[in-house]
Amino acid sequence: MNDPGATKATVASNDTRTDPPLKVVGQRPIRPDGADKVTGRANFGADLHLPGMLTGRIKRSPHAHARLLGIDTRAARALPGVKAIVTAADFAAVGSEAVEQGEAAATLSHVSWNCLARGKVLYVGHAVAAVAATSPEIADEAVRLIEVRYQVLPHVIDVEAAMAPDAPLLHDDLFTAGVTPRPAAPSNVAAKTVIGRGDPAIGFAAADVVLERRYVTAAVHQGYIEPHACVASAGADGQHHIWCSSQGHFAVRAMCAKILGLRLQDIRVTPAEIGGGFGGKTTVYLEPVALALSRQCGRPVRIVMSRDEVFQASGPTSASVIDVRLGATKDGRLTAAELTLKYQAGAFPGSSVGAGCMTALACYTVENVSITGYDVVSNRAKVAAYRAPGAPMVAFAVESCLDELAQALGVDPIDLRITNAVTPGVKAVYGATFREIALIDTLQAIKAHPHYRAPLGPHQGRGVACGFWFNIGGESSAAVHVDADGGATVVSSNPDIGGSRASMAMMAAETLGLPIERVRATIADTTSIGYSDLTGGSRVTFATGMAVVQAAQKVVDDLRRRAALTWDCPIEQVAWRDAAAVCTDPAKDAKPLSIGELAGRAARTGGPISAEVSLNAQGAGPGFGVHVCDVEVDPETGRTTVLRYTAAQDVGRAIHPSYVEGQVQGGVAQGIGWALNEAYLYDAAGALQNPGFLDYRVPVASDLPMIDTILVETAPNKRHPYGAKGVGEVPIVPPLAAVANAVSHAIGVRLTELPLSPPRVLAAIEGRSDSA
Amino acid sequence: MSKLRISASINGEPVEFLGGTRQSLLDALRDELNLTGSKEGCGTGDCGACSIVVDGRLVCACLMLAPEAQDRRIETIEGMADAGVMHPLQQKFLEHAALQCGFCTPGLLIAAKALLERNPDPTETEIRYWLAGNLCRCTGYDKVVRAVIDAAAQIREAAR
Amino acid sequence: MTEPDYVAPTTVAAAVAALHAARGSVQVLAGGTDLLVQLRSGRTRCDLIVDVKRIPDFIGVRSDAGGFLIGAATPCAMLGEHAALAGVWPGVVEAATLIGSTQVQGRASLGGNLCNASPAADAVPALVAAGATCVIEGPTGRREARVESLQAGPGRNTLARGEVVVAIRLPARPPRSGDAYLRLIPRTEMDIAVVGAGVCLSVDPQGVVTQACVALGAVAPTTLRVDAAGAALVGSRLDEAALGRLAAAASAACRPIDDKRGTIVYRTKVAGVLARRAALIAHARALA
Repeated sequence: MNDPGATKATVASNDTRTDPPLKVVGQRPIRPDGADKVTGRANFGADLHLPGMLTGRIKRSPHAHARLLGIDTRAARALPGVKAIVTAADFAAVGSEAVEQGEAAATLSHVSWNCLARGKVLYVGHAVAAVAATSPEIADEAVRLIEVRYQVLPHVIDVEAAMAPDAPLLHDDLFTAGVTPRPAAPSNVAAKTVIGRGDPAIGFAAADVVLERRYVTAAVHQGYIEPHACVASAGADGQHHIWCSSQGHFAVRAMCAKILGLRLQDIRVTPAEIGGGFGGKTTVYLEPVALALSRQCGRPVRIVMSRDEVFQASGPTSASVIDVRLGATKDGRLTAAELTLKYQAGAFPGSSVGAGCMTALACYTVENVSITGYDVVSNRAKVAAYRAPGAPMVAFAVESCLDELAQALGVDPIDLRITNAVTPGVKAVYGATFREIALIDTLQAIKAHPHYRAPLGPHQGRGVACGFWFNIGGESSAAVHVDADGGATVVSSNPDIGGSRASMAMMAAETLGLPIERVRATIADTTSIGYSDLTGGSRVTFATGMAVVQAAQKVVDDLRRRAALTWDCPIEQVAWRDAAAVCTDPAKDAKPLSIGELAGRAARTGGPISAEVSLNAQGAGPGFGVHVCDVEVDPETGRTTVLRYTAAQDVGRAIHPSYVEGQVQGGVAQGIGWALNEAYLYDAAGALQNPGFLDYRVPVASDLPMIDTILVETAPNKRHPYGAKGVGEVPIVPPLAAVANAVSHAIGVRLTELPLSPPRVLAAIEGRSDSA
Repeated sequence: MSKLRISASINGEPVEFLGGTRQSLLDALRDELNLTGSKEGCGTGDCGACSIVVDGRLVCACLMLAPEAQDRRIETIEGMADAGVMHPLQQKFLEHAALQCGFCTPGLLIAAKALLERNPDPTETEIRYWLAGNLCRCTGYDKVVRAVIDAAAQIREAAR
Repeated sequence: MTEPDYVAPTTVAAAVAALHAARGSVQVLAGGTDLLVQLRSGRTRCDLIVDVKRIPDFIGVRSDAGGFLIGAATPCAMLGEHAALAGVWPGVVEAATLIGSTQVQGRASLGGNLCNASPAADAVPALVAAGATCVIEGPTGRREARVESLQAGPGRNTLARGEVVVAIRLPARPPRSGDAYLRLIPRTEMDIAVVGAGVCLSVDPQGVVTQACVALGAVAPTTLRVDAAGAALVGSRLDEAALGRLAAAASAACRPIDDKRGTIVYRTKVAGVLARRAALIAHARALA
């Protein structure tokens, strides 16, 4: 198992062979943008230098909740070197329309308010004003000189405290949605969601075992190593340009246009390379501010967040409180489930509690279900999406409860899940009917893996957990151009956060019949390619890949047409094989025409060879993961070491297996951090105590073992030309429970609150209830 | 506000630049010299994205002041490839898919190179502890460690 | 708005003169791993930075009077590479080489770790346990003082204006001695110690402890030398009862706080655990 040189992914047997066999898809070529990334040439958001560029800095609230009484910028404006200062007064008035942010929900007026506060500040770090100056030192000094008058208000952070009737109220116009009749008084509960089916009362009555537990998780941050960064350059003619590290440059354009009262065509957004996103870079914080500053002074403005600004003022996930009640027969069949989810949304409504409700039991066939979710605002940064948003917390709860159930029934934890696992044709709790899914194959793959039988020593424990994510489709555009010498370029519209350029090039190469070395992949700005939804939701390989393949297919058909013209035969007699047109009529005795030959005479056969496709991809395939984790706990200090980790996932087809493995390993690492050491810690004044990588503890290289992956390809997605399902988000869903179950077994005490910090674990070992 | 004139050797070339007495060497490299390969992830020495080598020692550029560079021999990611030929570590990172977003990659490569120059045959554990100061949020470190092991083997082989 | 001046003297005398003559606030710059973070956060502002790394006395490990004299600005990584030092004082070296990451090791120094006076400083418990002293130069000349006397409180040291620690001295190590340092951190690297324990002891030819010194970090405003803990070991071969008394004494001496890194209850308990474990390692080294 520990052979470092070997290929780690074990691909389960695939009996849906393709005809002809794939040549590029499924291989592991070097990514086309790789050389720039390993030589330091690749440009991320903070790497751009423009002539006359100014440094922007943001003034932020020191209070968790306060009325904004006045902002005095006179002293700051008088400082030599200060060229522009903006506040919310420089933004347009916007309404409460919903804005696309991938998998997170947002209201435009809230996005605007979050970028620059008006009326009230709602968390420590809330942006109040911004300056642009000729040097970072002058900008910092100018920020210090801006005087803001506040009326400090009581604040609330904890989700249940925010739900209490006497809690400090963040928004006096917030009435809980989803409740009839509408509540008479505003509250911090933005929405209540209920989904269900069957009759839980009957289900529980039929159960031999009923378990009822409460689970608590802390807020965690996506933890991307690159802070938010952008450069905005306003044009004197009203045509503006933004460069930014974002998961969705079309979304940046849309939000900036609305917030500043501009038309979409007035803003061109060029995506820089992005240093990690995981959902956290699907909104805007800096871009509208930078553009407003630039418009005021006519010079480019760069704003880069510091690390503590990232933690304080960009959206982490929700902290959560989840109550679970599960009923099962003595042979392990689930009969009923009742869940209540309370998710902290931060300063503005829009947590992922809805997705949490929908994914909670998606892995299992349970007839009698009632799931209630509460979206609750509180005085901390607004939540942003974080990799399968809403799912990891509720999976922690459900998978921990199932683990206890297995123990109570004396059943193997994998067998318990196999007994209840969804299969193709089953209708999910959230409503969709599953098509090509392989959860049972994935469970069996873990059960058969040597890890599952590895012997455990003293103070060691093993935990198993499943996870689910829908994956989405959405709007994407892609173009394929053929060069006169027979190479091709794929242009698409999605920032590359995980190696998707390689997959796009591979799918185009496969369709065209070219070797991968002859295909380049680029990502275009908002003026150079059709619209695309952002990169997220595990959708790019699926949806943008689909656009790429369709564009490549159009190019192939165009090439065939040109060959038919050349041979004077009907197009039906032209096949495309190995990047060449082949005449299938033996009477014609025509030699094949390679793509290079056809492209070399393109002008004579109709002009440049090029195709662009825009689509709204339907039929995304959901994914399932099953993880097993072994830990050792030091019984005298409560400190946990992860010994072994194996993650299996139903991926459909791995276009580039190395990058699929990488997605799994990265999600696992984040989940381990979430389980063991990551948490937002607040002081009594509502300020974040650990806004840095020293005390916000993400896993380091020595914290983790090798992460073995198993890519299950027994159920390719029939709605994708190469069978791909989204893979990026599922991997973060199982680890919280896999680790917690392992630690619970290692110490013989059930742990239901994350993170499993050493003080908390030691307290459990010693039977104390105090913890940290 | 005046800056000091600083002269140093950067990637083998003599270089002169202006640096403020409160400016970090990282900011000087990025903003004065346009060597943007070294990244700021935290500014406080906790993430390693700004890793450089100074007089043969691996350090964080964000924890040095620009004037400290005077007369020092500095190596950054921009100097790792030799006249366009990639270092085996760079090549192995690509072959093993040891990068996803690539932001932490320059720091990891500089750190790994410093390790292999000191210890040509490190164990997995030695690699992980040496690289503990280089945070990566994308890869989970698995393929990074494999790439370093593979590069070390290739370098040892070539030296024979 | 003015930027601080920066000077990099090349002699001890010049450094002392610059420190003494400075108007306004002045900071000594060794590795910068604490100072630059504090300057950036605004916690510390200063008008003059005196960089001591170009002064030969401040860098390097020298044998002296049977012991070692370690330049106060020597990067900890260099200590780890010094075979003789690591062989004689493995506890001090492992404490020094636990600070931060490899990159931080390339710059962080014993002098900086000591004078920065974090209650959780990793190097200090091992130095205290070893009986280390500081060589201090100032306007009134040179003096030497025990390491623990430099601690005034969290973030404060007892140096007078114009004084600077030039070197750390480790005494000649008695025969049959061993030292060890352990710390509890949640991850495997990079964290500030939640608890640190340094133990240094000597044994007689039968392995009975003749002298022992125990110091704890991160459990009080300054590093604590716990005489009762050391005394608990003297005359024993680290049997269960002696170790129990050691752990109890260590826990009893703790005056920790609840903070984002640990709780009072946790630190108190783990101080005893680590003191016991470090004592066992030190004892094994003394016997070897």
